Parts: sequence; C-alpha cells; structure tokens
Amino acid sequence: MSALIKVHITLALFAAVASSAAAQDEHQHHAHHSDEKTESERAHVPPDPPQHQMGDMSEAEMAEMMDMDDTALFGMVAFDQLEWRDTNEGNALAWDGRAWLGNDYDKAWFKAEGERFDGDYEGSAELLWDHVFSRWWSWQAGVAHDFGAGPSRTWAAFGVQGLAPYWFEIEALAYVGEEGRTSARFSAEYEMFLTQRLILQPKLEFKLYGKDDPANRIGAGFSDAELGLRLRYEIRREFAPYVGVVWSRKFGETADLVREHGDEVEEAQWVAGVRVWF
Amino acid sequence: MPQLSRRSFLQAAGAGLFVLGTHRGNDAWGQRQDQTVLSGSHFELQIGEAPFNFTGNQRIGTVVNGQIPGPLLRWREGDSVTLRVSNRLGARSSIHWHGMIVPADMDGVPGLSFAGIPSGGEYLYRFKVNQSGTYWYHAHSRFQEQTGLYGPIVIERRGGERFPTERDYVVMLSDWTDLDPERIFSVLKKHSDYYNFGRRTAGNFFADVRKNGLSQTLAERRMWGQMRMNPTDILDVSGYAYTYLMNGVTPSGNWTGLFSRGEKVRLRFINGSSMSFFDVRIPGLKLTVVAADGVDVEPVSVDEFRIGAAETYDVIVEPKDDRAYTIFARAMDRSGYARGTLAPSAGLEAEIPPLDPRPLLTMSDMGHGGHGASGAGQMDHSQMDHSHMDHSQMSHAPADPHAGHASPGPSATVDHPPTERTPLMDMRVDQPNVGLDDPGVGLRNNGRRVLTYADLRTIGGPIDRRQPGREIQLHLTGHMERFVWSFNGQKFSEAQPLKFQLGERLRITLVNDSMMTHPIHLHGMWSEVEDASGNFQVRKHTVNVHPAQKLSYAVTADALGRWAYHCHLLYHMEAGMFREVHVEPGEGVAHHEAHGDHS
Repeated sequence: MSALIKVHITLALFAAVASSAAAQDEHQHHAHHSDEKTESERAHVPPDPPQHQMGDMSEAEMAEMMDMDDTALFGMVAFDQLEWRDTNEGNALAWDGRAWLGNDYDKAWFKAEGERFDGDYEGSAELLWDHVFSRWWSWQAGVAHDFGAGPSRTWAAFGVQGLAPYWFEIEALAYVGEEGRTSARFSAEYEMFLTQRLILQPKLEFKLYGKDDPANRIGAGFSDAELGLRLRYEIRREFAPYVGVVWSRKFGETADLVREHGDEVEEAQWVAGVRVWF
Repeated sequence: MPQLSRRSFLQAAGAGLFVLGTHRGNDAWGQRQDQTVLSGSHFELQIGEAPFNFTGNQRIGTVVNGQIPGPLLRWREGDSVTLRVSNRLGARSSIHWHGMIVPADMDGVPGLSFAGIPSGGEYLYRFKVNQSGTYWYHAHSRFQEQTGLYGPIVIERRGGERFPTERDYVVMLSDWTDLDPERIFSVLKKHSDYYNFGRRTAGNFFADVRKNGLSQTLAERRMWGQMRMNPTDILDVSGYAYTYLMNGVTPSGNWTGLFSRGEKVRLRFINGSSMSFFDVRIPGLKLTVVAADGVDVEPVSVDEFRIGAAETYDVIVEPKDDRAYTIFARAMDRSGYARGTLAPSAGLEAEIPPLDPRPLLTMSDMGHGGHGASGAGQMDHSQMDHSHMDHSQMSHAPADPHAGHASPGPSATVDHPPTERTPLMDMRVDQPNVGLDDPGVGLRNNGRRVLTYADLRTIGGPIDRRQPGREIQLHLTGHMERFVWSFNGQKFSEAQPLKFQLGERLRITLVNDSMMTHPIHLHGMWSEVEDASGNFQVRKHTVNVHPAQKLSYAVTADALGRWAYHCHLLYHMEAGMFREVHVEPGEGVAHHEAHGDHS
C-alpha cells in the first residue's frame, strides 16, 4: 500500500514539474524538435491497472448485470381498422388487427380480420412466424383459418411482408388448404401526411383462388378486390379516429356466384372507426 | 407558490402561449437556481428517488443527493479522491465518471468495471485525478441517466486556469421526460418515427413544387422513397417527449448566471442529455471556445456550436452591455430548446429568438455527396438521379489527399465487413465524406460562424506522437425503421470484444453507415481525432460522427482492463450500439513502456 502511495506522490511531483514546464513553453511547442515530448505527453498519466478484474460471465448474466439486453422481446397489439361500415343491407362492424411478440429477428404474429353483420361473423385469423431476411422484408409462415356463413377452411400460409420502395407496406401470402385448395392474398397500403397528425391512407387488397368453393360462393381465379381510403387524425399516435370510403368488387366466377344469389358484386361503403395500438 | 397556479400557467404554456418579458421569480417552479457544490477529497453521494415537477405533472426522478442534476463535484488536479456512492434505489445502479482516466475498476460500468452497486449497497470509488477541466458523471445502468442521474464535474487546473475569467458557470443541458423511458424504448421498437412531428407533408410537397419545379421535387422525393428513408429523421426522441433543461431548470424557469459588464465569463457547457444534440448560441455575444471535452484548445471565436450527447465545451464570453443575454440551446431537430440567461441582475430576461426551420438531411448526408458518388455501384439505390441535388452545402476535403504519400494517414478505402450483410441495417456508404469542417445538418450556411472539429486544436499536442501501428475500421450501423443499432452490423450481444494490446498506439476509423449523427465514447482512453491526412487535431472523450462521414482518431492503449465503447445516445446503446474493448498485455510490450516510448 505504501509503495502505491509513493508511486502516486512521484507521479504527482512529476506531473507538477511537467505542468509548470508546460506553462513556460506552451506557445513554442510547435517549433520543438520532434524528440522532445509534447506538453500533453508529459502531463498524461495512464491509469493504474485495476485491483479487481471482472471475470467472464455468460451473456445472460452480463445482460442482467449491465441491465442492457439487445435481444429483449417486445410486443405490440394494433387495430389498423376497427370500424362501422354502412353497407347496402345495413350496418356492419369490421376489424383488421394484428399482434406480435418477438425480438429483432423473429416474431410470432397473429392477424385477424373480419366483419360482423346481422349477428353473423365472417373473416380470417392467422398465426404466423415472422423472420427478417433482408433489410425491408421478412418471410412469414404459419396457419390461417377462414370462417363465415359457409364451411370454414384451414390453410397453411407462406409469404412475405415488408416495406417496398416509396414506403408501400406490402403483404403477399399464398395459402394451401385441404382438398387441393389454393389461394393468394395481397395488400398494399400507403400513408400520406396531410399534416403531422392528419393522415390519408389508401389501401388495396385482392384475393385469388385456385379452385372453386361454391359453398363459400368462391370461384377459381381473381375473386375480389377492395380499395379503401381512410382519413385519420392522430390525437395521439396510438389513437386515431378516422372516416373513409371503401369500394369493393367481386370478379370472375366469384362474381357470377354472387350474382346467382341475387347479391351485389360491387359496393361502395362509408366507414368510420378508430385506429388504435399499444 | 400554490400548485394550482403552476398548473394553469403550464396549460397556457402547453398551448404555445409563452409569455416573454415577465418575471416569474426564480423559485416559482420549485427548481434550484443555485447548484450544490461539493469539493474536497472525500465525497458522500446517495443515489435515490425524489418527486419532481418540471412540466406540471409530478414524476419520480433518479437523483444524487436529492437533486437533478446531481451536485457539482469540484476536484483539484493531482488530488486523490474517494467517493462513497450508496444506492437507495430498488434496482442496481452505478456512476460512471465521464471522460476521467481512472483504473478500470473505478470506471463504473456494471459487468465490465465492477458488479454495479446493488440496491441498498454502496461502492467506494478511489482514484487519482490527473487531468483538469469540465467533465460529468452519470449512471451506466439502464435508463437511470434519462430519469435524472447525472451531474457536473469541474477539475481545477494545477497552476490555475490557462484562460482565467472573473465568472465561471456550469451550463448543463439535459432532456427530461414525464414518460417512462421503458415506454419510449418500446415505442421506438414499434413505431420508430413516433416522436417525429416534423415530417414532410403534402403541403411541403406543393411548396417545393412552387419553389423548385415539379420534376426536381419529384426526383428528390423519388430518391428518398427508393431508399425508404426520411430526411426529417434528425433525432429519434424529440421535444414531443422532452422538456429541455439547463442546470435542471426549464425554459420558463430561466436559469440565470450573473455578470458585471466587462467581465469575462466562462461557461462550461455539458450535454448531459440521453438522446439530444443541442445547437448553442447567445445572440449578441461571440463565443470563444477554449476547451473541448475538458481539454484546453487554442481559443476559437464562433457564433454557435453543436454539442453532442456527453460532449463538453468551455466557452468564454465578454458581455459589453448592461443587459440580459439569452443562452439558447435548440434541439438539433428544432422541436424545442433549453434556455437560460446571462444578466447583470437576477430576474432580467432577453428575447428568445425564433427556432430555425427544421433541418432536412441532404443526399450528401446519405453518402451521395461529391467525389463522383454516382459511381457508387454497391449502393442499392445508386440508380438515382443526383443531378438536381444541391451539393453545394457541403464542403469536402479531397477524397484521398495522400494517395501514394509516405505519411501513414488513415486508409482511404472503405471496407464493409461481412457482418454488415445483416438485415438489421438500412444503408451503407461507399463514398463517405471526409474532413472535419462540416458543421452538420441544420447548421450549414446559416450565416453564422459555426464551430467544427476542424477549428479545434488541442494545446500541448497528442499524448503520444507515435504513428498508429494498425487501424481498426468500424462502421456505425443500424436500421431506422426497426430501431436496431450496432457496430459493423453486430449488436453487442453478437460481437466479440475489440482487443487492444497494452501499450500500442492504434487508429480507429469510424465510417457512419447511417443517417443519424452518433456521439461515440471510448472509456478509459482518449480519442485523439485526426484530420483526413492523419495529423493530430483534438483530444476528446466523445466524438460526433455525422451521417455518411468517415473520421479517424488515434488511441494509446495504456489502460489495462475491460472498457465500454458505445454510442452515447442512450437508446442506441441499449439497442445494441455497444462494444467491449479489452486492453490486454501483449507479447513484447512491457507495461512500463506503455506510455510515451517512441524512440
């Protein structure tokens, strides 16, 4: 211990001498010959070696001790749409929600969308694994379940989700079901900032089917498309009421099946709702 | 003052009705105008919690000895100090002495220096103070720095100040939030532009069309759209979440430093914020910068300077008039400001200048600047049309002034390591901007003389004149949308420690492959910033790197042990922009010759 103190005193003396010398020639140091130490070289004192070294520990122990974990899980629940729809036959409640839990690379996703009309529910729910594979894209794979007035269908789902150039948010998934059924769904949405809080969001969705499913009034081919335009006001980023208009249309054999039942193949609806997330 | 009137004023303030010219009394907000100063060689510091009301809402802050900022610690160069730090929080805590050259076990980083200070426990820091100037301390545990655990350190120079003044004030800037920092972090992970209320709108588009024409406006929007980047991403957390403080006082509280006409006043600016850069000026006064990061520099007179998180600048002003002057520190994204006053007597105020327009990143900030960047074949957005962009805002040093030259300056090439192939990165720069004379986004060509690193020249030269024996190129990387930050595309959890050999002099070259400005802090050892040719410029502990900038500094690895190396934006660090540096004895390098041997 006393040796340590001596070292300190010696260093202090040395530093004091260095410092006073430095004060004298601080205006000349540029001119000095290169083998003379700079003022900073004389003044700088490296730290003593540590008396206690931290040993190695596992990544988990380290994260706990540092209270810093860049692999931590985060989660989110969001309803992009939770809305009342003014349909030709009456009012309907519609939703498009998602929830995820995971880290920077892998997330579990749950997506649900559908409509409640006249006491009946129709829609889909998907449980997907999401893995980031490029700067802007992740693949998703899992199961999907469609339900409604007709028989329910269960699918294996696989596809991509991400951000295309110009900030189009894209979802494109393919589905394979029982009895050789196949389907594909695509959606693209965009956000246009009218002000910092008033945001116009166009969204385009369409579906294709590989096989007729008359019980669900679906024909093979390009079956239906929906174009929505919603104007929201973000009271907070997490809470934004909106109004909008949604135009939807059935195509091809699906349209024929719908017509056979005397329903409309094309419809424009007013919508009003709220976008929430937490 | 009763709670009610405070609330009602703040409601008015919240509605944008800041009233100028009325004196509201120093203690109207329950904020301290005076700083507690502790001096001597032994210090007792208690980390704890206390209620605070900066905004009209009461919140719990993390405090040292009951205060935010913590007490000013005054040390003397050459003294040995001991600091007994006790922790009354429910969680583990720590204090790091930022910029201090201390033994590794005194550096205060849990996991690397020591085990942290457990709840209810204490730690005795003991080290010799071998430097002088302005420094600070802060927690190195989770978000405790954000909630208030920071304070100033001033070390008296042996033999007296090189630039003596009649007055001497610490001006510590910080960013207070009523929000839970854990919430801020999780929101950034879900919605990284949540706090950006300065996005370009449809109105801006039409204004740009009127100003620049349709085709140029579309071309410019197309470039940003192809990159999926946003030129208004200046700070991740803005004035929407923050109330900016000067010495723990809100703008309306108006911290005031007194002077008599004709006196020289030293202002020791410390950026103790978690996520903010400030652009500081005092309308009516020239600012003579005399020290950077605690180290004296050749005096340089400017109108304005940018201070990154954790940097310090000592500035001398000489007010000639018997009037008040506003110390105006705007957040880099212009979403708010910290404000105080220099005045001949308490209670005076000067006009608060309007905030400048919000800055926009340019294509040069994305590495699309001069030097024929259109040939940057590796960039996945290289097909863009640059011809309409305004590159004149940037001043560029020559790309490679010493090609074929004997002087071993930093390497001119940019090598992207294979780890940069991660999906958790959103850009890479192949033609970075070199040179230190760019004031940075939002400060270019603003009609004022703005400090740059090219203006900073440390008095007394480098601590080690040896040429660096090797160069480590590190890339500052991240993904804006996913809010992931890293070095070389690797988060802390994915990376091995950087190994320095005890006694070696090496060069670190940072290439900023992101569109954010990052203040990079190496613990335990100085960062001696070089110009583009490798000549010593300025000694710092925290080095700001502009978007798409390449910058080098030399390090003498004379500090045995394990050290933290990280971005000093707190949420970037927590998201992974952190490395361990391990200084180990190597073969053939004697410990005692670690310093100063260059025969």
